[in-house]
Order: sequence, then C-alpha cells, then structure tokens
Amino acid sequence: MNKLRIGDHIVLLLGVFFMVFPVVLAFITSTHDAVTVYREGLQFGFGDQGLKAYETVLTKAGGFTKEVNGLVMLKNSLILGFGFAIGKIVISMAAAYAIVYFRFPMASLCFWVIFCTLLLPLEVRILPSYEIVQRLGMVNTYAGLIVPLIASATGTFFFRQFFMSVPDELLEAARIDGAGPWKFFIDILVPLSKTMIAAIFIIMFVYGWNQYLWPTLITTDEGFFTLVRGIKQILQVWVGAQIPDYDQAMAMAILAMIPPVLIVVIFQSWFIKGLVESDK
Amino acid sequence: MSNITLDQVRKVYAGNVEAVKGVSIDIADGEFIVLVGPSGCGKSTLLRMIAGLEDISSGEISIGDRVVNKVDPADRDIAMVFQNYALYPHMSVYKNLAYGLTNRGMPKSEIDRRVKEAADILEIGDYLDRKPRALSGGQRQRVAMGRAIVREPAAFLFDEPLSNLDAKLRVQMRVEIKRLQKELGTTSVYVTHDQLEAMTLADRLVVLNGGNIEQIGAPIAVYDKPASTFVASFIGSPAMNLIETVSDAGGLKAKAGTGLQGGNPGGLQACTVGIRPEHLQVVEAGTPVGDGLTLTVKVNVLEPVGAESYIYGTIDGGGAPVVIRIESHQTYDINAILTLHAAAKDVHYFDAETGRRIES
Repeated sequence: MNKLRIGDHIVLLLGVFFMVFPVVLAFITSTHDAVTVYREGLQFGFGDQGLKAYETVLTKAGGFTKEVNGLVMLKNSLILGFGFAIGKIVISMAAAYAIVYFRFPMASLCFWVIFCTLLLPLEVRILPSYEIVQRLGMVNTYAGLIVPLIASATGTFFFRQFFMSVPDELLEAARIDGAGPWKFFIDILVPLSKTMIAAIFIIMFVYGWNQYLWPTLITTDEGFFTLVRGIKQILQVWVGAQIPDYDQAMAMAILAMIPPVLIVVIFQSWFIKGLVESDK
Repeated sequence: MSNITLDQVRKVYAGNVEAVKGVSIDIADGEFIVLVGPSGCGKSTLLRMIAGLEDISSGEISIGDRVVNKVDPADRDIAMVFQNYALYPHMSVYKNLAYGLTNRGMPKSEIDRRVKEAADILEIGDYLDRKPRALSGGQRQRVAMGRAIVREPAAFLFDEPLSNLDAKLRVQMRVEIKRLQKELGTTSVYVTHDQLEAMTLADRLVVLNGGNIEQIGAPIAVYDKPASTFVASFIGSPAMNLIETVSDAGGLKAKAGTGLQGGNPGGLQACTVGIRPEHLQVVEAGTPVGDGLTLTVKVNVLEPVGAESYIYGTIDGGGAPVVIRIESHQTYDINAILTLHAAAKDVHYFDAETGRRIES
C-alpha cells in the first residue's frame, strides 16, 4: 500500500514538474537582461536585475506608437476576458432556458443547429465575421472584440443539460407559487445554476483571455492591444542592431498567466462541484 | 365556498391518447376526496388539470363556483404537495414557505405570522433556517405541506405525497395529514395508488380505471359494495376472491375445477362471484350449503402476518386461486383440502361479461 502511494506521488511530482518548470524557467530568465538572454539562452539561476523587467513592461509605453503599456494591456485583457465570460453565460443561459422550458416550433432543431456550430470554430468563419464587424464600424472597439464571439454552443449545451436535469415539479411548484417565467428564471434557475455558472465562467474567461487571432484582426489601434498580443509585439523589433527585450517578453508572459491562474484558484472548488455534481 | 366541480372533464394527449374520458365529480366544501387507481388510470392527470398544470381538452372545472379552465395555476387559489416535495433547494425552509406569499405581494409581517403559524402546526419551527437538503424525508414532507398551508388556499391538492417515505413514516404522516385536514377544514383532493391510504384518508373515494370513474363513495361503502370486479380486486388487501362460475340445475358451479357449489338466488347465468378473504369460514366437510357458497380448496401456502394468517390455495380440481383469512396461530397442512363456507350476504355477484355488480 505504502509503495503504491510512493509511486503515485512520483507520478504526481513528475506532472507538477512538467507543468511548472517552463513557468519557473520563464520567471528566472526574466530576471536577466536581454543581452545575456540573447547570448546564452534560457537561464537557470537568478540574474541581477531582479524584477526590473516587470516594472518596465507595466509602466513603459512600448509598441510603434508608444502609447500602450502593460497596465493598459492588462486592462484590455481583463475587459475581454470578463466581457467574454459574462456575455457567453448570459446568452447561453437565455438560449438554454428558451430551448428547455418553452414549447416553440422546431425547438430541438434550433438546439441542434446551435450545437452544430461547435463544428465551425472562429477560424472557419473569420472572413465573413470580420466583414460584418468592419461594416458595422466596430473595428477597434471593445464591442467588436467581444460581441462577435459571444454566442456559445458549448455553454448552451451545458446549460441545456443542466436545466433538463432540474425536476419539472420545481417549475410546477413555482408556477403555483405565482412565479412567472422571468421570476422562475431569476429566483430558482439562476441560483440553482450557481456552480454551473462558475465552471463555465472559468472556462470562458481563460478562453477569452487567451484569444489571439481575433483581437489581432479587429484591433489595429495599439490602445486596444491585449497582453497576449503584447508579448508578440515585444519580440517584433528586429530593426538594425536592436535585439528583442527577452527579459520583458518573459515578464509579460508571466504577468499574462497570473489572472487566469487566480481565477482558477479562486473558483476551483465551485468549478469541480459544477462539473461533477448538480445541486438540486 | 370552495367546492370543486368537474363536469365531463376529458384529457386527450397528442396521438389521440385519451387519458381521462369524461369525468364528473362534485366535491363539497371541506371534503377530503381521494383519487385512487393503478398507474396510468388518469388520476394524476386529473389532479394536474385541477391544478392548472395540464390543459383541459374538454369539459369544465370550477373551483368555488368559478370556472377555472383558462385560469393560471397561480390564480386558482389552490396549493399542491408533490411526490418529490419539490422544495426550492437553495432557499431556507422559511423562504420556501414564504415564496408563494412574497410573489403575491403580501406584507412582510403577515408572511411572518403565517409562516410561524404553519411551522407551529407542523412542528418545523426549529429548522426554519435550514436548507431542504439538511432535512430528513419526513421533515421535507412537512415543509412541503407547510408551503401549502401558509397560502390558506381554497383547496389542497396532494400528488402521492407519501410514496417517497418509508413504511413507518408513511403511516405517521398519513394520520397527520388526516388530522390537519380536519383541523383546517380545507377541501382536499389526494391522489394515491395505495388502497390503504385511500381507505384511511378519504371522506369519499373515487376509484379510477383507464380514465373512467369505476365508483365514487365512502370508503366503507365501496369496500362493502364494490361496483365492479375492478373495484373489488383493487380495494381491500388481500384482494377479494373472484371466481368465474356457470350455472346449472343445481345452482352455481366453478368454471374451472370442482370445488364450488352454491345456490343461485338471482337465477343468474354465468357470473363472477366475489368473496372477501375474511368472509370465508373453515367448516366441517358435508355441512349443508344453504343459500351461501361452499368451496373446497387445496392449501398451497400459509402466510402468518401476526394478528392474523392467510391461506393461499386453489379451488379443488385445478381452479381459481383463493385467499382465506384465518385467526393467527391456526395452522393447516400444505396440500390439505379444506371446506369453506361463505354466507349469502357476503357473496358478491358480478356480470361475467362487463364485470359490473349485479344486485341480488
């Protein structure tokens, strides 16, 4: 039994090492200056510039126009992440509510059509999506960043499955208790879906946070750049004898990781609950 | 006034499935009506139509002299207790009770008074702050009843409220429901498939079968004079013995087997006779038949249940199964042949074709 435990721990430790090592390496490397990194590659011991790179990326304006710094990008990323997650939850809950609780013609066809869009990721429809957003004049706006991606087949599917597992008697009891469709949704269904909402919030926040392709297309104004794009931008300075600020790129990568990690850590107990049990 | 009237109520589901076929019942104010029948007999559908949870295909339902066919469940002035309790899992017991009142815009002080009062009646005052999941089955059942009581509705509707409880608790809650209903004097409609619950709770029973009413009446009247073989076999436990017979010159004979002789008071042709297990007496062989029935039965199984015992046997010569109640501690050998007698007044006659009762 004990031996087995040790084996388990070794596997787990290996897993942890495998996941965490690159992050640690990035952090250590970010404490060296760019020249050292360029000359010697990734570093395995702490350098002498400490956390200076972090201060630089957060406060020093960079990019072509020199009007965007790390803090602005952090703000943009947060807006994208939250807008994405909250928007997706609202839309997919509403869609699932309609599909499960209202008898309208071809309801299940509607669901399967929504479900089929899972097969069509953003990349497939990127040209028409861009065209629409561009014509609506939403290029270089937060709305343009968020709204076109807000419909979620995954979210709708999860909420539909959850709503279908809520006993019908609850709806009937609420109807007799004088709750209309709106009240039933707000008073009963939303509180019951709490853990589900938390789980989907995490997934969607991280998904939104990590968006790269769409923001790249939609925002040309550097004031709308997100952290994920910022990393790319730092490395994109091969002009003359300039070398990229590798230390700053590493620092920004670390910074870009922190908010999603925080979200997952904070919501993880809810997240697990939402996926494995249904609180009915 | 909160009488409930059902007039030729029908329910037809998609695909022309008729779940309720023209049911009419007059339920008096304060009466406790039990709808009883096997699953699929339409009793739940009927209750849900009264509640407004199902549309009425045709006919009319009125509550307190107001036709409610098109009235929303919330506005019918009824409260319902569900089989699985249907408590709101995320709300405390207090909020569960108060929810229906809050939705109706009742002042807080009045809500508080009613909730406290209901909690007192049901003895759930100690856990008003708990969530339903922290309660036992019996406690949840009380909360579900509390939610009905606080509304002070014109009628209570119960949809098999006890079937999720264990046997002991079921008896306890059954007594309690009866006491409460008498105390509050609220018109109640109660659905169950359990004939014992039906017998003990009802002022009047409505026995349903296949979407039709088989019989309406006081429990004991239904027991004493079942209107059909269906009612006879459904009400009472163990069920009434039903034996198909044919008549010949000497009187009635069992259709299968040789062990039944009896007079034929009504001059009937083929008919089904019914005798309750407690009305069969073990007698000496050769006792005169009189105008009652005499059976000879082979003992198959002896089943002591404590206060009494039951013999499960078959009519001699390979006939119908028969159950006989005997006093406890009496024993008979397996495969013994017993002679049984039933007095004329305890024998029921049913039409062989339709199963309807023949008054003799």
